[in-house]
Amino acid sequence: MIQTAWLIPIFPLVAMAAIVLFTHRHRALSAGISIAAVSLSFLWGWSVAVSVWGDPTVHRMSFDWLNLGESMYIPIGIQIDGLTGMMLVVVTTVALMVQIYSLGYMRDDPRYSRYYAYLSLFTMAMLTLVLADNFFLMFVSWELVGLASYLLIGFWFEKQSAADAGKKAFITTRLGDLGFILGLLLLYTGCGTLTFQGVFSAVDSHVLSGGLLTIAGLCLFAGAVGKSAQVPLHVWLPDAMEGPTPVSALIHAATMVVAGVYLVARSMSIFLAADRAAMVVAWIGIITSVMAASIGLVQNDIKRVLAYSTVSQLGYMIMALGLGGFTAGTFHLMTHAFFKALLFLGAGSVIHAVHTNDIREMGGLHAKMKTTSITFLIAALAIAGVFPLSGFWSKDEIVAATLGHPIFTVLTLAVAFMTAFYMFRLYFLTFTGKPRDQHKFDHAHESPKTMTVPLQILAVLSVVSGWIGLPWLEHGFSSVVFHEHPHHPEFHVVWAFIAALVGLSGIGLAYMMYYKGSIDPERVRARATGLYTTLLNKYYFDEAYSVLFVRPYYTMCRGWFWFDQHAIDGAVNGLGRVSVAWSVFNRWFDETFVDGAVNGVGWLTRGFGAIVRHLQTGRVQNYAFIVFAALVVLWLLQ
Amino acid sequence: MSAFDLTKFYADWQIILPECFLFVWALFVLTLATLGKKDEPGRSGTFALWTILGALITAVWVGVTADGAAFGGTFVFDRLAVVFKEVVLGGVILTAISSIGTVGRLEVHRGEYYGLILLSAVGMLLMVSATELLTLYIAIELSTMGLYVLAAYHKGSRRSAEAGLKYVILGGISSAILLYGVAWLYGLTGTTNLAAIKDAVMNIYMSTGGFPPAMTLALIFVLAGFGFKLALAPFHMWAPDVYEGAPTPITAFLSVASKAAALAAFLRVFFVGLESAAMAWTQMIAALAALGMIVGNVTAIVQTNIKRMLAYSSVAQIGYILVGAVARDTWGATAISFYTMAYLFANMGAFICVIAFSERTGSDEIADYNGLAARSPVLAAFFALFLLSLTGIPPTAGFLAKYYVFLAAVNAGYLWLVIVGLLTSVIALYYYATVIRKMYFPSGETASTITVSKSLTLALVISTIGVLFFGVFPGPFVGWIQNAAQMLLAGK
Repeated sequence: MIQTAWLIPIFPLVAMAAIVLFTHRHRALSAGISIAAVSLSFLWGWSVAVSVWGDPTVHRMSFDWLNLGESMYIPIGIQIDGLTGMMLVVVTTVALMVQIYSLGYMRDDPRYSRYYAYLSLFTMAMLTLVLADNFFLMFVSWELVGLASYLLIGFWFEKQSAADAGKKAFITTRLGDLGFILGLLLLYTGCGTLTFQGVFSAVDSHVLSGGLLTIAGLCLFAGAVGKSAQVPLHVWLPDAMEGPTPVSALIHAATMVVAGVYLVARSMSIFLAADRAAMVVAWIGIITSVMAASIGLVQNDIKRVLAYSTVSQLGYMIMALGLGGFTAGTFHLMTHAFFKALLFLGAGSVIHAVHTNDIREMGGLHAKMKTTSITFLIAALAIAGVFPLSGFWSKDEIVAATLGHPIFTVLTLAVAFMTAFYMFRLYFLTFTGKPRDQHKFDHAHESPKTMTVPLQILAVLSVVSGWIGLPWLEHGFSSVVFHEHPHHPEFHVVWAFIAALVGLSGIGLAYMMYYKGSIDPERVRARATGLYTTLLNKYYFDEAYSVLFVRPYYTMCRGWFWFDQHAIDGAVNGLGRVSVAWSVFNRWFDETFVDGAVNGVGWLTRGFGAIVRHLQTGRVQNYAFIVFAALVVLWLLQ
Repeated sequence: MSAFDLTKFYADWQIILPECFLFVWALFVLTLATLGKKDEPGRSGTFALWTILGALITAVWVGVTADGAAFGGTFVFDRLAVVFKEVVLGGVILTAISSIGTVGRLEVHRGEYYGLILLSAVGMLLMVSATELLTLYIAIELSTMGLYVLAAYHKGSRRSAEAGLKYVILGGISSAILLYGVAWLYGLTGTTNLAAIKDAVMNIYMSTGGFPPAMTLALIFVLAGFGFKLALAPFHMWAPDVYEGAPTPITAFLSVASKAAALAAFLRVFFVGLESAAMAWTQMIAALAALGMIVGNVTAIVQTNIKRMLAYSSVAQIGYILVGAVARDTWGATAISFYTMAYLFANMGAFICVIAFSERTGSDEIADYNGLAARSPVLAAFFALFLLSLTGIPPTAGFLAKYYVFLAAVNAGYLWLVIVGLLTSVIALYYYATVIRKMYFPSGETASTITVSKSLTLALVISTIGVLFFGVFPGPFVGWIQNAAQMLLAGK
């Protein structure tokens, strides 16, 4: 199986090509091809993962893509170890579930085939990303997942906001990619290679160290900040919810957004050696986590709550990695992928039933959609960290990773509390109580089997996926992923208890406020209006960016263009006018003082003025003037 | 040279065979145009195509069989010449194919159109091989003369006439500047041969421990002359007006083939002839490259006309290419050459899309590209691909080209320039993505479907193959280029 692992991304690639070239007119066939391909990837991915489970060797296969001797040598290949195996499982499982789910969710969409083509493109790129054995190939697929994400966010482009959101996502993440590619260039000049093996051995043997390593690490991390929606580049992810909900589940919850986490985890050697860079990573992670969780407390759009929750949980993972908890971060990556995908798909099922995203128009839906409600509840319990669901085990490892850094421990627990609270606020407002919009409630119905079966499967995974991290397992998660650096965190019974208690109290508060009604949310809101408004406006990030960057930038562009066109134009027109005036003066002079012989000169001048005005060639003089001015400036600079 | 040496004579002419071939057939196409009836636009076009293909094959053949200098060291056919001749001829072929529709709509002077393109191409081929400054100057003039006329080819259109006139005036000024620089160099070194200039400049440096102000002056003038040909900021002012006014195939020709030839000459003059004065020009080029990337990309954002947008974008692209020039080594020369190749296909392809679009709609406004994906899925896909390659998104050739250029610059210690390049490439993504978004995510109703003519489809397919092939399998080709760069720098 491992020898043919390179086939895993090939299947969806073939599917995409087949849909685009041949079957785009046949809806069912296109979907079928796409799902068949991802099923093959799923089987391959799982069997590869199983065969490397507990196997400490790293399997590498590569060929020379570009071999130019010392100046540039880029081999392209794949690398399979425990981390890759885990990512393969996550990506193929969620991709398969989402593609099946989309059969029902996107059933009435006119661009069904195109949707599946995009999904296949994304799956291919994402699988390449996790299989790559070098930074170069990783960057290439990194850009491709960004492209697929752009296309899928803007999929319903009839909505202006969707098209805008796609572009915002593309460009914001691309800002982070600047750092990524700069990091690649630095690593290449420092190590002479971009393969993981080469770079990490150079780092381990201190060929690359000190300030350059720190800067390279921070540059790589900038890429992760963009892709994984960390502060200050997190603004694109909530807007990305304009895309179809299954896309949000696949790309913006479970897979693409964790690419940044994966990048940091993969570059473990770099961040272990560059501890200052690692501290930046940890701080960015926790700041993002706290900020996003607090915004999630007050949102009323079901998908936006989940989006902020995703940002917050990604911050968790990033923070854990920054603090050296590489197993904790990647373990949470896996469990989170399952329960967050489930939450999104559940939200999709609700939206499918009531045709609104606003939780204020929902309520009491448990009666109408039992499967959705129960699976959603399971996922909510998992994310809240309730024993013995998957989130309990991974969250415990994250808390354990913060031990020794009291600020981080406190903030982590605070986030755990907020997470449990907003998740159950969401659950109670959506599924329990009285319907707040009777009309919508009456038309609600449980989703078809194609949608509920993926929910059930993911619900099972949300429960059990944490168990492979059981602390007393011989070959548990921590000995499989990152076996090169054996890392067996102690199971902290006390901290596990505390974390679970914090989660339960969050649930309890939500229960009292939104189920029992013993605390009135309105009164809480009234007592903290300022905070509430700030949170509702997401700390004014978008507004600040608009004032600080976007508007001045546009002004600059226009100014520049104005200079390019009008300043010169103006000057030229001025010149033209002078010429004309001159010719008028000439005529007057001629007619008054000079006889016919001189008339010729005046006529020439006037003629030239007319040509100047007519063709606006006066501008040419100014162009020439700029050329000469540039010559002088260059001369002066030398 | 006492006795007439027949073997030497034969060897000399063998080396210049592609130019001769092209020149003779260019005259034939011109003659044909005068003799033939006015209503046969296809014939001279077909002849021109066969001629270029013939020249391409001849160039490959000469590249395989002959090697070395000719005509007393004024003209050379080395590996670099092969690379750039193929690039130039590739650009000429695509121009010729995409001109068929445009020429078909001309009322008069159809045949001369191709004749002029071919004559201009002869000048470009000479530019690629010239190793002596006066030969180079004459080659530049030869290539530009044809372009002046071609830019104004839509005589009835005011914009086109204006474009031609502007181009002539500014071209004349820049030629004078270049020639003035050459004169200064001659005054300083006593030669116009690049290899000899290299030694003489080295001698000046060794004997005085620096350069006299006249040297700087000469450098600035020569650089400005090249700056004009390359539309490098701040010598780019002519480009948007001329690009907008000229017939679109000619715009493509100007922006690709002519620049490729100028880049080859640039490599010869700066990497060989003025190599010993590198410390005097590297900073200058870095500054101009940064200026080009900033001015080109920033100004492109506010354009509403697609040809003007592409004009500013190609100002920026030249900036990116010259980022490679700050690394005055094999890396730099390879990066520049590969970028030129990637730029050839992507930019040519983008302009061909513009041609195809305006042939059916008569519009060059970006706003009219709204919903193109629905009106012509194929055309939109092609255009998006070329724009993505210009942005530098993998797996297109443009990505590897940018990567290579930046890598060369980082290696040479110009990190700040790379940061400028990366930042401006985000800006570039913004305006390219605006067009893609208009095509794929339209607002409002979209108009009827658009069909693309067969010849343009062919040109688009060739460009697409180029963009993808050199992006996915660059290995052999880049190796070849690198070899050419090594030979150039080794002075072989």
